Amino acid sequence: MSHNSMPLTTSERLSGRLLAAVAVATAIFLVAPILAIVPLAFSDGEFLVYPIRGYSLKWMEAFFSSEKWAMAVKNSFFIGSLSAALATVLGTMAAIGLSRTDFLGKNVLTGFVLSPLVVPIVIYAVGLYFFFAPLGLTQSYTGIVLAHAALGAPFVVVTVSASLSGFDHNLMRAAASLGASPLLAFRRVMLPLVLPGVVTGALFAFAASFDEVVTVLFLAAPEQRTIPREMFSGLRESLSPIIAAASAVMIVIAVLLLAAVELLKRRAQRMRATA
Amino acid sequence: MSDVTAAERELLRAHARAERGRRRNAFLLVAPLFVFLIFTFLVPIGDMLRRSFIDSDVASVWPNVVKVNRAWSGEGEAPAALWPALAADIRASAAADNVAVAARRLNYAVDGGRTLVMKTARRLARTESAPNDDWRAVFLDADEAWGRPATLEALRRASGPVTDFFLLAALDLRKDEHGSVIAVPERDAIYRTVLWRTFSVAGMVTLFTLLLGYPYAYLMTRASKPVEAAMTIFVLLPFWTSLLVRTAAWIVLLQENGVVNSMLVWLGVLDTPMRLIFNRVGVVVAMTHVLLPFMVLPLAAVMKGIRPETVRAARSLGATPFTAFRRIYFPQSLPGVAGGALLVFISAIGYYITPALVGGADDQMLSWFIAFFVNDTINWGLAAALGVVLLVCTTVLSIVYAKIVAGRQAG
Repeated sequence: MSHNSMPLTTSERLSGRLLAAVAVATAIFLVAPILAIVPLAFSDGEFLVYPIRGYSLKWMEAFFSSEKWAMAVKNSFFIGSLSAALATVLGTMAAIGLSRTDFLGKNVLTGFVLSPLVVPIVIYAVGLYFFFAPLGLTQSYTGIVLAHAALGAPFVVVTVSASLSGFDHNLMRAAASLGASPLLAFRRVMLPLVLPGVVTGALFAFAASFDEVVTVLFLAAPEQRTIPREMFSGLRESLSPIIAAASAVMIVIAVLLLAAVELLKRRAQRMRATA
Repeated sequence: MSDVTAAERELLRAHARAERGRRRNAFLLVAPLFVFLIFTFLVPIGDMLRRSFIDSDVASVWPNVVKVNRAWSGEGEAPAALWPALAADIRASAAADNVAVAARRLNYAVDGGRTLVMKTARRLARTESAPNDDWRAVFLDADEAWGRPATLEALRRASGPVTDFFLLAALDLRKDEHGSVIAVPERDAIYRTVLWRTFSVAGMVTLFTLLLGYPYAYLMTRASKPVEAAMTIFVLLPFWTSLLVRTAAWIVLLQENGVVNSMLVWLGVLDTPMRLIFNRVGVVVAMTHVLLPFMVLPLAAVMKGIRPETVRAARSLGATPFTAFRRIYFPQSLPGVAGGALLVFISAIGYYITPALVGGADDQMLSWFIAFFVNDTINWGLAAALGVVLLVCTTVLSIVYAKIVAGRQAG
């Protein structure tokens, strides 16, 4: 503890080092597994094992030229974007409504719209499977998009609520008194301020859908399988390096999402500082 | 208040109107998500959980039996009307090819119930009429199990419309012939073991994420800006990376000829590779990795708010570093510990994918059994009952979590 002017004792130095050692080990534990799978995507072997004898692009080529995986990539992006869009519209509206005023049952309502975050996913997937079957929504894109939108909406509610905390609703009243319609007031006054929160929420909702496999297991027909769904089958059946190729692609997407959210966070912080 | 003029009263009324309007608008904004979640979330889950106490399998194929049984209290002999009703229903359902639905339901409650019904159905197909209309004799002749009170009592209890059979079974309990709740025989008791396993895996994962996450979050909030940024990225990268990718990574690392085993052998810790995957070790390691960010982030959020001056003050008053930590710092970090631990524990008890991929047969948790009873053995009542058990645990813990977070924001 360098900020302390008192001289450090041996035991203090020792516990400081121990602490640092645990933290370094934890950092390795967090990141190493993710980095370890990437080189295997460029192996020319037939199995998902180290050491790598030689490097080649054959598994990456296999991933991108496979009809099954191409379909999975397309499905993941399609379902992810549609469900994120739905979650973002519904979640943003709800967050604005919840921030506006206090009303009876607000806490219960908030708890309810956030509950998809904690309900065990198997219970939800089984429930949808039974409920959607007579409606013809199993084995359909619609069913999966609806399921993923419900799972993604709470993220949007949380991020938009956070960006609305501290928003002065008198600004909206001022805009209205100057003759702006509610929609115009929203677009010109509120939206610029909450936009980072809305986009962050949309990215979270997209990531939630992009990563989700249990509802897909229960609801998807073979032609609706997503990347995680194909990885689930792949890990159960054969541990081929094509899994590593899929993982490498997923990691690149994760890094992009992470970078986008961090940039938005900085932007929001700057905006808050200047406001 | 006599000075309130008509104009002021008008203003107050306008204000109240505006307030009502705002409230209505707030409701209108929340309504679409609310209605959406009712239909895509609440109703499907409620519909599934309903199956834990609705008993309609027998009622759906044997209407006459159900009518007789619902009028019978279970006291004394079975009503004579039961036998012709049963004969007619079994024949009709065999003809409609759905006798198996009732057979399966009876099998849950009686050993060999399925065989009993299927065998009797084949026998009845050959029997046109009963001598002296004594159908009971025909049944007893088909299988003496029809003479046992336990069989008829099980059939009566399976006649619906509601049952406590599945919920009791999910806790390894059942009712005996007299209607008192008893434990099922040792060899059939599995769900309490599964529940205990679910809690113990979740508990271990919570403990390990805390042991690793606490020092990490502590140093992270005390580090220089660039180090803090790097440490944050190390937590966020796994957080954003797909669960399937992380699970695949652990399979690669922990397999028999994997990196971890090679390293342990090379270091001389092990003589021969150890089994680290498809067992409890693999499940706990992989789940700890997946859930660690959920521990570090709430911990760091709370630790950021602890002012270092408080610890320095304790030190200047003569406290040893350890005492200052124990008496001053740690108590202030407790809301983060509680929040992180509950978040990890709540997530962990619902885990399905990770244990399914890196666990063995003895490492599967509640969620796996729910999926199993839906997909493989089609015992939807039991799947729903196990779902009730899991959801009750999750809900109680979530309410505790919400109270802790609300308390932190208020305090």
